[in-house]
Amino acid sequence: MTALEPISELKLEGITKRFPGVLACDDISLQVRRGEVLALVGENGAGKTTLMNIIMGLYRPDSGTISVNGEEVHFRAPGDAYARGIGMVHQHFMLVPNMTVAENLALGLKELHHFMNLDIKGAAKRIREVSERYELPVNPDAYIWQLSVGEQQRVELVKTLCLGARLLILDEPTSALTPQETDDLIERLQRMASELAIIFISHKLNEVKALSDRVSILRHGAVVFNGQTANHEPSELAALMTGHDVVLPRNEGSGLQGEPLLSVRNLCVRGDRGNLVLDGFNLELRAGEILGMAGVSGNGQREFADALAGLRPVESGQMLFGDTDLANRTPREIIHAGMGYVPEDRQTEGIVPSFSVKDNLILKDFAEPRFSKLAFLRRKAIDSNAEMLKERFDIRCPSTSTATGSLSGGNIQKVILAREISREPKALVAVYPTRGIDMGAQEFIHEQLLARRREGIGILLISEELEEVMNLSDRIAVIYKGKILKVLPAVEATRERLGILMAGLTDPDSPGDAPAAAQAGVAHE
Amino acid sequence: MNRQKVIYSGAIILAVTLIAALLVALVLFAIGASPLATYKTILTGPLSDLFGVTEVLVRSVPLMLVALGIAISFRSGILNIGAEGQIQMGVIASTAMALAMPHAPKAILLPAALMAGALAGAVWGGIAGWLKAKLQVNEILSTVMLNYIAAQVYTFLLRGPMLDPNELETGSGTPQSMRLPEMAFLDTLVPGTRIHMGLILALVAALLVWMLLWKTTLGYRMRTAGAGAKAARYAGIPVERYLIVAMLMAGGFAGLAGAVEVSGVHHRAIEGISSGYGFAGIVVALFGALHPGGIVPSAVFFGILLIGADMTQRSASVPANMVLVLQGVIILSIVSAQSFLRNPYAQERFFRWFARLSPSARKAGKGTPS
Repeated sequence: MTALEPISELKLEGITKRFPGVLACDDISLQVRRGEVLALVGENGAGKTTLMNIIMGLYRPDSGTISVNGEEVHFRAPGDAYARGIGMVHQHFMLVPNMTVAENLALGLKELHHFMNLDIKGAAKRIREVSERYELPVNPDAYIWQLSVGEQQRVELVKTLCLGARLLILDEPTSALTPQETDDLIERLQRMASELAIIFISHKLNEVKALSDRVSILRHGAVVFNGQTANHEPSELAALMTGHDVVLPRNEGSGLQGEPLLSVRNLCVRGDRGNLVLDGFNLELRAGEILGMAGVSGNGQREFADALAGLRPVESGQMLFGDTDLANRTPREIIHAGMGYVPEDRQTEGIVPSFSVKDNLILKDFAEPRFSKLAFLRRKAIDSNAEMLKERFDIRCPSTSTATGSLSGGNIQKVILAREISREPKALVAVYPTRGIDMGAQEFIHEQLLARRREGIGILLISEELEEVMNLSDRIAVIYKGKILKVLPAVEATRERLGILMAGLTDPDSPGDAPAAAQAGVAHE
Repeated sequence: MNRQKVIYSGAIILAVTLIAALLVALVLFAIGASPLATYKTILTGPLSDLFGVTEVLVRSVPLMLVALGIAISFRSGILNIGAEGQIQMGVIASTAMALAMPHAPKAILLPAALMAGALAGAVWGGIAGWLKAKLQVNEILSTVMLNYIAAQVYTFLLRGPMLDPNELETGSGTPQSMRLPEMAFLDTLVPGTRIHMGLILALVAALLVWMLLWKTTLGYRMRTAGAGAKAARYAGIPVERYLIVAMLMAGGFAGLAGAVEVSGVHHRAIEGISSGYGFAGIVVALFGALHPGGIVPSAVFFGILLIGADMTQRSASVPANMVLVLQGVIILSIVSAQSFLRNPYAQERFFRWFARLSPSARKAGKGTPS
């Protein structure tokens, strides 16, 4: 696997790929040169992933050509792409957790595999060389499971570079990072860009703005815009991406806050490994407010949401919902008490993927008299319910009999939200409700949450997206290592202050903090 | 959309059958038989006269009942490999019930015998369901082991406590029970043949299973537990409970199949009564797409195969066990086809290869965008 020559240009011309009923890529032409960052943006289903799979040789285009340094190439597998210096870092890391960094690299480097001997030292040496050259500090002997998500991301980058890639395709590289880690990564990528070519796939337009030189926007499989990033504002790009002006709604903060709805006291919950993940967790949710819970994922959010849904035993503590303690109740009882829940794992927990949209819309209520009579399902009522919700929640599906798993992430989330909201709960827990969802659907979901808030529902919004938390919340609670570190009114929150809290540092509340924060708040408007 | 999907799956099943047939043709060729003649005998022989047709249906009755139970359990997310043992338990219980009340009127005795069979099968299946739900014991292991236990219990009873006293007197010692009282027989549908009321029972059962799975809240719960256990728990459905319910039903249908074989065909418990229906039922269920509407024709098709295989043994001197080979190949083909259908990259590769063979076929390329 020797790269023929350093890659200086990748050119796609007229790439077209058709799947039955879908034109995934429609005559796409792109070009990236060495020393340049091209941002590729577009909503889910716009064809970004298909296009990247074509570059990596997983799919073959129906027509069009790919050329490297002016020479036409035909990749049959990712190995062919790597041989020409093209490598991809996937959104979901491809690392074996119980192996070291060096061992992970050795997995992919055939030349280190000798008869009866695996050259781990050689792998470690390569890693050191690459990590010094590109200023990506990585310890080759560390086990992957010991590393933070940001460090794992660096390992992925180093691994890809070690495999000989000089054109990097990064598929939503910041989706699991904290704000600080994101800034750090963007800075490192900026420095690396002088020697490499980078294709940067993202939804987040502020990152696109910060990092890329040029931007290409895909919509419905076609390139609708090519331009210099510097000349265009993020709002302009968002409009081009969705095809209409996008204004993410904000909580106008009427300050109307009702009775305490849910109060969690001294909650202790064990995680999957048996350790106490929540240890003395306190939280209060009021009617008619959106309480944002900010925090890096893995600090107990999932376990809290599970416990609140009755899916995880509570070790000790209370979750008072009105007069009833929800701790250690069955999911059924909690649902009947009036809790709504939009789970983190929308693909397999929020829906049954093989079931139709209409069957998923009755997942919690199929036994209610509305939908069944004497143990028989009332198909007509189920059908009309589905048609009504499809209309009201703008669920885009060919028909309500379509398998829900085949819809896009945004539409799956709308199905879940439609079900949870139409049940008219008293409180709603939404976990990462817009993760990986395109702008259009995101806008709609935000509007829905704000509308429910106005109706007096208490909403707990668990998210890593600071923009989202700051836009929607009345109050923001920061979770760190199983405890709420601080609850602050949304008006006092800034990106920087939340970021510091999310990293586990309690802010001193010093008066000197305030003006800087106010300034930063304006800058991130 | 839906229609297109049905046609696509149908085409895949057809292709699977053809591939399986081709593979078996290779085996037939290897043992020196003519594949064409053999297939002709298998597929047309059984249908050439009334007797053949009724015998096909006689075979299809237990297959249908077992496969309906298998469909319930598979749809609910538990793989029942134990129908063979459940059939045997059903045979024993229904025989014992019928022999215990030799003078009871038909209106009591026949239903009681059938119910006893279903109940015994349900208990035998329920054990595996309970083990899975409470102790997370893999159901494939437990049902297979329960098959061995059932086989030994069955042999013991037929050679010991339940052995027909006449056999001891005459000294022939064939391991079989006493003949059932006539009041416990299922009526014959066509005089002079063996086809019996069990066929009607199986068809009604198919209708009931369809209604259960797709029209009732219980069926909705069971299918949810099977298709998405995590989502089911989230929605407040106690998944473990429905695993047990599913295994009780699956075992019940297998036990009923055993009881029907006794009451309708053999009129006593004999050794080898199930003749592999418990395993063939799995193939029938998978081939029928785990849907009663597919299971009924699929059971008849496998009835044809079984009778046809007997005929080839006589006419073309191809061993009847070749049908087992065919069954095995069909299972492998179906399972491969299913994992193929779930993997868009594999489909892409396949159609790429296909397109290279014939440029005109490129338009037929199927796949899903990721």
